[in-house]
Amino acid sequence: MSADSSAPDRIVIVGASLAGLSAAKTLRAEGYSGVLVLVGDEAHRPYDRPPLSKQVLRRDFGAETTLPQPADLDIVFRLGMAAARLDRTERAVILADGERLPYDRCLVATGTRARPWPNPAEAALDGVATLRTRDDSERLAQRLRDRPARVVLVGGGFISFEVASVCRELDIPVSVLVRDAVPLAGAVGAPLGGFMAEVARGAGVDLRLGASIARMEADPRGRLAALVLEDGGRIETDCLVVAIGAARNIAWLDGAALATDRNGLRCDRFCRALGADGLPAGGIFAAGDVAHWPNPHDGDALVAVEHWGNAVAQGRTAARNMLAPGPDAMVAHDHLADFWSQQFGLTIKLVGLTAGADSFAVVRGSMAERRFLAVFGKAGRTVAAASVDSARWLPAYRAAILQGAPFPPLIGGLDAPRRIETQVLEDAAR
Amino acid sequence: MRVVVDLNRCQAYAQCVYAAPRHFVLHGREALVYDTAPDDADRAEIERAAQACPVRAITACLSESAENTAEHTAENGAAR
Repeated sequence: MSADSSAPDRIVIVGASLAGLSAAKTLRAEGYSGVLVLVGDEAHRPYDRPPLSKQVLRRDFGAETTLPQPADLDIVFRLGMAAARLDRTERAVILADGERLPYDRCLVATGTRARPWPNPAEAALDGVATLRTRDDSERLAQRLRDRPARVVLVGGGFISFEVASVCRELDIPVSVLVRDAVPLAGAVGAPLGGFMAEVARGAGVDLRLGASIARMEADPRGRLAALVLEDGGRIETDCLVVAIGAARNIAWLDGAALATDRNGLRCDRFCRALGADGLPAGGIFAAGDVAHWPNPHDGDALVAVEHWGNAVAQGRTAARNMLAPGPDAMVAHDHLADFWSQQFGLTIKLVGLTAGADSFAVVRGSMAERRFLAVFGKAGRTVAAASVDSARWLPAYRAAILQGAPFPPLIGGLDAPRRIETQVLEDAAR
Repeated sequence: MRVVVDLNRCQAYAQCVYAAPRHFVLHGREALVYDTAPDDADRAEIERAAQACPVRAITACLSESAENTAEHTAENGAAR
């Protein structure tokens, strides 16, 4: 055991992920020369996930999305083996096969998994799948190659829309079932969600809003045959993708007296994991989808950001702080959330958080031409901006968000929009 | 090789598409699709694409470097 003030010489990163690899690269770049162990429950080295719901399914290129990894990282891998337990007293990660990995610093980067369909018997049917891992993607790509008569997606998020987009590009009939009245609203707000709904329908997607599955029908061999909807409708399909969100991988931390709940592992602004007592847990840090952290861009409200950019940035911050001799030398995690999606030939990018936004305005281009930039306001401040095929405008608005610029944005100046129509967002749509 | 593009940074200037047309493609106006695992023999082309990117969004390295640490890899499922 070593005190948190002495330099570490055994670091264990749990999660062979984007966040975990980002941390490993930063540790070595910052001069850490001790033992560096990377634990992953999948057999793969850290790989990139965004292509899995897009180009891998479309087979533009291969399914090999292993992330570039500099040759000199000197990582000891423990792959294909999940972490089972964290022993805080002895400072060791215990793997599923019983191996103990002692640590001076431990990074929890175990991320999330696809939330399974709640009915286990239905979830187990042949033809019912989720999409999260590389293996999931390769299996689904194989199914699509066999050209199912119809693919159905349940869930109103990006995975649903991206997979539906691929199906249409492959000329496979596709239905999307969304429980809410507007898809994608949680991520991009109701106006953009409504826009994407129209884009999807225009591309031939059978988009059903306010729809949910009452039960599934199987053939005698246990293969999915049809879905019966709550409204009595019936859809014949042998390929259902369940895309109803993600659940955080924190079960292995049970018994470690850490501050975990459905939102993930609570940490402070330095990415230090907190114990159940609310105090930093010695030597333990968190990064990526599993971390639940105070967001300085939202009055320190707690947030868990399940996006690529945050995983990279938070892995980096956590790594620096793992090497810091004490809190005075630590840096706060200060990341403005950003993400992108590619679907139906369009690129949507968003910066900031749309949650709680009370107003929305298109400030460049128009929805009609499918090329625009929109901003979100909250209590008179600009809190988020979204671009559709207008990515070059976005950095300017990122700066406006960081400065808390007024909403609606100033108009009429040189290089500024002439006219803005502000739309008030209803509570229900937020 | 192994390639990743930070698509938060990418602004579809498409210089990579000109530099390495077999490995980088635009779908529509801005959706960049790219080869995540090009052959090591294409290194010059990939490095030209990375250098050409005005927002420096492309990271690439030889795949053999990814195997250099193989001797440290546990037997557990990692033998590939």
